[in-house]
Amino acid sequence: MAALIGNDILDIGSRKARRQREDPMAPGFAFGAPGQFDIPNVADPAAYCRSNFASVCGTGDEDQSVKFMKGTTTLAFKFNGGVIVSVDSRSTMGAYISSGTVKKVIEINPFLLGTMAGGAADCSFWERNLGMECRLYELRNGRRISVAGASKLLANVMSSYRGYGLSMGTMIAGWDEKGPQLYYVDDDGTRLKGKIFSVGSGSTYAYGVLDNYYREDLTIEEAVDLGKRAIYHAAHRDAASGGINNLYHMTKDGFVKVHSIDVNDMHYQFAEERARAMQS
Amino acid sequence: MDTVVGVCYEGGVVIAADQSNGRSILTYQTNLDKIAKLSSHSMMGVSGPNCDLVNFTQYVAKNINLYELSNDGTKLSTKAQANFARGELATALRKGPFQVNVLLAGYDDKTKGSLYHLDYMGAMQKVKYGAQGYAQYFVSSIFDKDCTENMTEEDAVKIVEKCIKEIHTRFLMSQPNFIIKKVDKDGVKVLSFDADPADT
Repeated sequence: MAALIGNDILDIGSRKARRQREDPMAPGFAFGAPGQFDIPNVADPAAYCRSNFASVCGTGDEDQSVKFMKGTTTLAFKFNGGVIVSVDSRSTMGAYISSGTVKKVIEINPFLLGTMAGGAADCSFWERNLGMECRLYELRNGRRISVAGASKLLANVMSSYRGYGLSMGTMIAGWDEKGPQLYYVDDDGTRLKGKIFSVGSGSTYAYGVLDNYYREDLTIEEAVDLGKRAIYHAAHRDAASGGINNLYHMTKDGFVKVHSIDVNDMHYQFAEERARAMQS
Repeated sequence: MDTVVGVCYEGGVVIAADQSNGRSILTYQTNLDKIAKLSSHSMMGVSGPNCDLVNFTQYVAKNINLYELSNDGTKLSTKAQANFARGELATALRKGPFQVNVLLAGYDDKTKGSLYHLDYMGAMQKVKYGAQGYAQYFVSSIFDKDCTENMTEEDAVKIVEKCIKEIHTRFLMSQPNFIIKKVDKDGVKVLSFDADPADT
């Protein structure tokens, strides 16, 4: 812990982290502590980050020079058969599509999935970090961490770096001793437990389909179809969403990757189905 | 954007809070419980960002619990609890504040029910009734008109329900669900909710 960031500069929102550092009895590596993460070497790193990096939260874009890759639709919902996690794959920087094949579901471990919305770098870094913390927990305690615990670790990191310009909107889905679990965690430290979440610029469209057709007693087939359709409709309306729909199903035996379908193929498939339905 | 209202009555306090959480134009959830139990006979209705709300209420609740454990079960009075919370808000103010406004209610054998109104800057007032958030503009007049000395629990609940009705009719933001809790000689109890916080 010696190489950690100086005491004074990490002041905002991280009194917890500092207390751990000042406490000589504290373990060398505390749960949820961000380990080693460099922050800008300037007088006020929080202000520096705010004025130079655009976050998904708070004041939003204010002519910052570094804009994150964003524009996403991700969704996850819990039903009797587990959890469905469904995402698109487009990454945009302003009007430019910087990638059409992004893997937005992060496989933290066989029983934990995270989704990626907001800054791609922040999501993958902190969810990888979370994966490490979860593995350490497993080694120390001889059992898997609960999804509640895992999501809280991530939320604690987010709240200790609050105001530093992190950009992350994620859903943590998993299966633990209490069954299927779903949490939403974002860069301003919000952590919610729920049944249906959707994050990203296309989330409003996804919610529209999801809220109307969601039932707790969906069959697995119906649930997969709903996850797929919600992403399709979001990709159709939201210019910043599109590409490939990756869909995962969290079961009691861990996650299963169900499919990767191009939303363009889906479009023609649905159009054909609709035309056929209209004829008959 | 959160709404928290509270009323003292003879022998206890009623607090109601909305159950919504959202971001920009989206409602994420409408079944939250924003009234945290601090000890057997006290609770805290909090408005503010989810992050600060959770961190602050858990911090205060755990410390109050720690005090009881390390002092042979000696309970802090409601006044002491409120002053502790106020002190924490004031200390945090210059370090990166908890952006929370609080209504803290408790019951003591001597003072009976009492209600404290705290803002994020650490200002504290003991009140007979109060509200946090935009709700203040809607419900303060209802309290001023209807609140009297020696109210019963039923009277207090009726006033709180009037407040919720007013918020439903006049407040632009959608706050469909509310949770109502009371604290009296028998401790903290949930009186009603529109959406079950456990249903997730």
